[in-house]
Amino acid sequence: MDLNLDEVEKICADLYLRALQLLPPDIKAGFSDLQRTETDATGQAILGTMVENIKVAERTRNILCQDTGIPIYNITIGRNVAFDGAGLKAAVRRGAARSTKENSLRSSVVHPITRKNDQTSCGIRVPVIHIDFDDREETVSIEMIPKGSGSENGSFLKMLLPSDGITAVKRFVVDRVIELGGRVCPPTIVGVGIGGTSDLCMHLAKIAATRPLRTVCEDAEGAKIEAELSRAVNELGIGPQGLGGRSTAFAVHVEVAATHITQNPVAVNIQCHSARRARATFTPGGIAFS
Amino acid sequence: MAHHVLEMPVDADQVRALKVGDTVTLQRTLFGIRDATQIHMFDRGRTTRLDLNGHAVIHTAPNVHRVEKSPAAPAGYTPFCIGTTTSMRMERFTRPLMEREGVRLIVGKGGMGPATLEAFRDLGGAYLAIVGGAAALETTWIEEIEDVDMDDLHPESLWKFRIRDFGPLLVGMDAHGGSLFDRVQADVAARRDAVLAGIGASE
Repeated sequence: MDLNLDEVEKICADLYLRALQLLPPDIKAGFSDLQRTETDATGQAILGTMVENIKVAERTRNILCQDTGIPIYNITIGRNVAFDGAGLKAAVRRGAARSTKENSLRSSVVHPITRKNDQTSCGIRVPVIHIDFDDREETVSIEMIPKGSGSENGSFLKMLLPSDGITAVKRFVVDRVIELGGRVCPPTIVGVGIGGTSDLCMHLAKIAATRPLRTVCEDAEGAKIEAELSRAVNELGIGPQGLGGRSTAFAVHVEVAATHITQNPVAVNIQCHSARRARATFTPGGIAFS
Repeated sequence: MAHHVLEMPVDADQVRALKVGDTVTLQRTLFGIRDATQIHMFDRGRTTRLDLNGHAVIHTAPNVHRVEKSPAAPAGYTPFCIGTTTSMRMERFTRPLMEREGVRLIVGKGGMGPATLEAFRDLGGAYLAIVGGAAALETTWIEEIEDVDMDDLHPESLWKFRIRDFGPLLVGMDAHGGSLFDRVQADVAARRDAVLAGIGASE
């Protein structure tokens, strides 16, 4: 299969708007789960407003949240796909800029030192583009994540010591959730990275924060910790928007990587309740959105 | 728990009548302000021709359509998606915003800290909590973009919105030292040790 870069550009533009407008089904189901278990009246009212907002966005064809985020594109390329790598990256970038212009999206991206906004949602090394490979035949998938910043500012890395053990890792996560309170727009997905190098650990936390609900960490030890922490953070009483209640997080997700004998790294990255993602899959038969 | 409908602008007495847990609906006018707007106003000495005295500001940077100026779009913009950002980043600007510009109410999400609470008590102000991330809904409460200043900071300009039935908003912090956010945080702090013990992570 030849990957057509004009199509990639167009799809990357479409995906940005689509992600901003339509919440994925697993997050909608997550809201229903929280509405069933929330006992606090304010918490229930806030969840109700969030669910109403999802419906208003669909009805008025508006975007869910004003924060258009930092655009992230995760590209996974299967076997027997011919593509021009440099051209692919350029096409993704053009798609993000085109969507911003054509859909009047707020450009939320500035130069980190001058704070200049080019009004394109692009800048140095932004959009963030991750390219990975898998063994699917003649298949390319592009996942778009507009990462909102109220929650992105809830990011932490700690190089704990091996002697601190896994208990310090768990304590670190709970304490960061407490520290962030309502600022990160709960209910959230708390993404946790355990292990790796410092940069890999932070990246694991992002993968965890943007993983669909009801998926489980592939590592059995990681899965055990994410189940424990998911229960624990919802016993804190932070609640929707930090105004009290059970619904602090849809879930805590953990991703792990092997680490060095001297290291015990833990990272936290938060995804707010507007947990937006959109995906397009290219095959010889055509392009499908999910 | 009273419900208040406030026709903006308001005076200090009207704001001091608000208590945490009350709800508020705003009418007529609301100003949009954000990090860069306030950095330029208070760190770099810029002034605005817009009169914020007695008004409410919302922590926002909107998505807007650029259009020809007309009676329906006097500033050359129409609303597309207007929502609320995390307030806490702008904590140090509450007092100058109130002292220099006469602002009475802050609409935001996530709550603010002790410096804001103190400014509210000294000067007569309150924080109205909106549901963050519910921007599509919030946009239906905004009728028009009446004016914009400091638009070189776009989208972090100073926006003047005409609003209708903006709310209900929850009084999260009042002029009497009350803060729902502090109350919840104290409850959470009291639960922390038991939660950690439950996952074998006590200190």
